[in-house]
Amino acid sequence: MSDIAIGADDHHEHEHEHPSWLAHHFDDAEQQFDAGKLGMWLFLVTEVLFFSGMFCAYAMYRHLHPEIYEFASEFLNEKLGAINTGVLLFSSLTMAWAVRAAQLSQHRLLISMLAMTLSCAAIFLGVKAVEYSHKWSNGLLPGKHYITQGVLPPSHDQYWLYVLCTPAAICLVVFFIWYFMTLVKSDSFQRQVSGPLLVAALCFFGGVGLGVYLESLEAHAHVSHATAGSEHGHADSSHGDHAHSYAAEIATIAPATPAGTANAMTAVVAVSPVIATPGSIQAHPDQVLIDAKRAGIDRPEVNQKSKAGLFFAIYYMMTGVHAVHILGGMVVITWLIVKAARKEFHSKYFGPVDNVGLYWHLVDFIWIYLFPLLYLIK
Amino acid sequence: MAHDAHAHTDGHHAGEFSHPAPLWMLFTVFFALLGLTVLTVWQSTLDIGQAELWITLFIATVKAGLVILFFMHLLWDKPLNAIFFLSSIIFVALFLGFTLMDAQAYNSQKEDRDTLMESLPVVKEAAAPS
Repeated sequence: MSDIAIGADDHHEHEHEHPSWLAHHFDDAEQQFDAGKLGMWLFLVTEVLFFSGMFCAYAMYRHLHPEIYEFASEFLNEKLGAINTGVLLFSSLTMAWAVRAAQLSQHRLLISMLAMTLSCAAIFLGVKAVEYSHKWSNGLLPGKHYITQGVLPPSHDQYWLYVLCTPAAICLVVFFIWYFMTLVKSDSFQRQVSGPLLVAALCFFGGVGLGVYLESLEAHAHVSHATAGSEHGHADSSHGDHAHSYAAEIATIAPATPAGTANAMTAVVAVSPVIATPGSIQAHPDQVLIDAKRAGIDRPEVNQKSKAGLFFAIYYMMTGVHAVHILGGMVVITWLIVKAARKEFHSKYFGPVDNVGLYWHLVDFIWIYLFPLLYLIK
Repeated sequence: MAHDAHAHTDGHHAGEFSHPAPLWMLFTVFFALLGLTVLTVWQSTLDIGQAELWITLFIATVKAGLVILFFMHLLWDKPLNAIFFLSSIIFVALFLGFTLMDAQAYNSQKEDRDTLMESLPVVKEAAAPS
């Protein structure tokens, strides 16, 4: 065994010159690849354990107070969550395809696959920005910042969305100028790098547009379902229940806002058959209580800082840390695009693509659990 | 001679360690994942009570398994990597399992206290805010 090793060393010095992509402390490409991959798996193990802390907090709190989860989950838009799940799954597909392209030395295909992965990440963050900003302007904040729902009218203030979009807008402008310069100078390497970045920045705003559209669709669905609910007398579907909480919200604020009175009157008329059904909890004088079991604002025992506020603390921590991982993934994918534009990858050197791919799939793996556990609670 | 043979196998291995995943496999896994996502969204609209959480977790685990085995290529990977990853899952299960066991451990004590409170009207009055 040892003489073979010596022989191999000898062999090294004389015949094998080390290629630039092979670090000098590795015998061959496969050893380098395996060592890198082992390290990556170890890192992923620490990531799983790291996230498990938050899942533990989630499980503990849900175990103790399932009713808070049922209540607070109503404020999460499951359409946006489902869209984001699809986007992340697609980005996993393109990432896996990128690894294949790197192994087969398909340089152009590799760059486009990495660009698509990056763009999907940007869409994901765009939708997330809409979700977050919508919640922030409606007081769905963590812990002590949580504002009891149903007291204030639903806000359509876009302030936080503009705040979240500002960094992306700056990136968009910078990448656009950079891309334009590369066109002028006809620098193909820089064009191959700045092009995907520009597309990704545009995709962020595509995601924002998609999110805003779906969010407005939800608001319309609430109103139309409220009218539909009056025809059927009671709510069968979850959307019907949404409608009730929305109508109740309007009804609640009616005395405070004269301008909204006409609107509120229709809402009260719309839901009146439901009001007639016996309610299980005492009505506050100012509030119109409808479906006590489902309508969010009618749950004073959970609709408070120390209850729903804690749920939102867990929600923001889990999805926020996940979003930070997405951002980190975008940085390393950009690094891969630079290397891919230099045509560095081939069948014996694709470790970086493979390892970033593993990381990216893990981020997807975490989201696969987060989505149903946060958005799909009944 | 032996040295030559060694060099040869080395070269052979180095050429072979990349296994490009066939596209049909990647697409099949992707569409399976999409299908399972639709399934889990649809399942959340049903009213099946307590079992819902477990079905949700089961579907999520099947999806996670598909990602790990095919997208992350663990099925063709070195067994050591698989052992590492599985060990992390085992430790997460221990972590969550023991914590939740602990959460339930005080239920009987709480019941004891509640019965005590009810049996002693004096204590109850003292405890109640006036």
